[in-house]
Amino acid sequence: MLTNYIKIAWKVLLRHPFYTFITLFGISLTLTVLIVLTSLMDHLIGSHYPETNRFRTLYVERMALTNKEKTMINSGSMSFKFLTDYAKTLKTPERVTIFSGDHKSNAYVGAQKIELNSRFTDAEYWRVLNFEFIEGKPFNEQNIANGDYVAVITDGFKKQYFNNSGELVVGKRIDIENVSYTVIGVVKGSPITRMFSYSDVFFPYTNPKSNYRSMEYGGSYMAMVQAKKEADLPAINEEFQARIKRIPITNIEAGFKDGSLEVRSEPFVQYFLNVLSEGDPARVATFYAIVGFILFMLIGLPVLNLVNLNVSRILERASEIGIRKAFGAPIRTLLWQFIIENIFITFIGGAIALMLTYALIYGINASGWIAYADLSINANIFIISLLICLVFGLLSGLIPALRMSKLNIADALKA
Amino acid sequence: MISLKNIEKVYRTSTIETLALTNINLYIGAGEFVSIMGPSGCGKSTLLNLMGLLDTPSAGQVEIDGQTVTQYRDKDLARLRNQKIGFIFQSFHLINDLSVLDNVEIPLLYRKGDAVGPSRRQLAQEALEKVGLSNRMKHFPGQLSGGQKQRVAIARAIVGRPSIILADEPTGNLDSAMGNEIMAILHQLNAEGSTIIMVTHDETMAKKTHRLVRLFDGSMVGDSILQTN
Repeated sequence: MLTNYIKIAWKVLLRHPFYTFITLFGISLTLTVLIVLTSLMDHLIGSHYPETNRFRTLYVERMALTNKEKTMINSGSMSFKFLTDYAKTLKTPERVTIFSGDHKSNAYVGAQKIELNSRFTDAEYWRVLNFEFIEGKPFNEQNIANGDYVAVITDGFKKQYFNNSGELVVGKRIDIENVSYTVIGVVKGSPITRMFSYSDVFFPYTNPKSNYRSMEYGGSYMAMVQAKKEADLPAINEEFQARIKRIPITNIEAGFKDGSLEVRSEPFVQYFLNVLSEGDPARVATFYAIVGFILFMLIGLPVLNLVNLNVSRILERASEIGIRKAFGAPIRTLLWQFIIENIFITFIGGAIALMLTYALIYGINASGWIAYADLSINANIFIISLLICLVFGLLSGLIPALRMSKLNIADALKA
Repeated sequence: MISLKNIEKVYRTSTIETLALTNINLYIGAGEFVSIMGPSGCGKSTLLNLMGLLDTPSAGQVEIDGQTVTQYRDKDLARLRNQKIGFIFQSFHLINDLSVLDNVEIPLLYRKGDAVGPSRRQLAQEALEKVGLSNRMKHFPGQLSGGQKQRVAIARAIVGRPSIILADEPTGNLDSAMGNEIMAILHQLNAEGSTIIMVTHDETMAKKTHRLVRLFDGSMVGDSILQTN
């Protein structure tokens, strides 16, 4: 039966090449856009190099201090000490790393100025993140305790600083902001879209410029709290929030006496949404509404067009419907026939879309628009793409199929 | 076998009502070869559609093998058509995108249980052999002559071994030699036990059947037993 349906679907495709071109063009273009968007989304929020443990990590990026009257909010990153006191000492996580946001710095090679991003981290940073070391190794607790002037650099920065030379650079010296450091390791760089791991150069937090000795609550540091497994995240969050509640806020800062302190520890997706919405639930709702609307425009409108196209295509086949009904096809079977045919056609469109997406993603990765971009079609995206194809096929096939299967047999045979 | 009681069929649009059949009472027994004649628009095809469960009457009862089918749901009507009735149409109604063999298989696709996969192929091949087209199985309808197409249509009608065959002007699109060939096949099927009801315009063809029902303006105006040689 299935072979019969697919044979027919194939013949119908060949019958009107222009119609077929329009149909497949519509399906594949829509699916390409959807799959590329899904891939971009996965690139932004999925667990990828070097943040491969995102799914079992909580992010502590920001604190917000609100005054008693709730008229002032002071928000920003935290001090190294604050995170050491309240995050580093948590009992439930597997690891906690404290590191700064990235800072703009300059380096000079002869007369050439190189603009770079640098970050101060602890030794645990290299265990929480899975950087690939091309040369050397990360700095460890001993380097940090000694206050060594060492740095881990990315392969991209190495190329820039050492003028594309292929030689090994571990042990060589680099000058950044008039301070000289020894290169201890070279890592494969992280994409610019991964804000907790993107940087050109990494220094131990004991670097004199890091301001890690500040006694304030606020500062330029953040933390990643890694659980043994994803299921432990709620317990870790609970422990962290219990600690935050106990923080005395009577003498924090002028104007904030007896105010309230909020420090979130949240999974990446939630963190990402909060960044977009600035923590406002109404904005999160708006965000979802906008995403829903875009999806509707991306899927709904082409589906409506396809429904229209399919109705006229199926009407051509009234006689076939009449024959099948006359020889015993019940409405439900015919309904399935048209849905299966439509899904088959959509899957052809989906296969074309996957090829187009692959080419597009290859182009994006190779273009350098996003530094170290590693967009991919992984198993998740492939499964999502298949589901999108299925939904697309069902939606665009159901209405024409319903309409057709209800045709009066005698009328259908006259067509 | 087929019984029509007080059948009436009215076609309605928003502005017009057309009475296609009125007060039709007809019984056709097992093994009969009946022809239905009448001028164009007299309701012959409508009557055949009602007997074939392709349409429903506006009033009256249709019985097949003693079962009143008027109130049957789509699923039950489809099953009944599939098991008991085979159709032959004037314009053949073959699916041009499918091969001859695939066309003949169609009724078996909707039959549960006994006819699956290879046995379906086997039955379709046997039906085509019966109508003398075993050498055209892989051809497509577009590659066949009118007579060959009608023979494929007959093979499709008989592949599920239905007890009733309804033929709507089966020789209407064929020349007389080809028409005679088709009539010979129908006679052979009738001799093997099939009940055949045939709508025709052609008096000569009608006279080759055992019983002639005449319609005029939606009413039955004649029902006679014929002496055939």
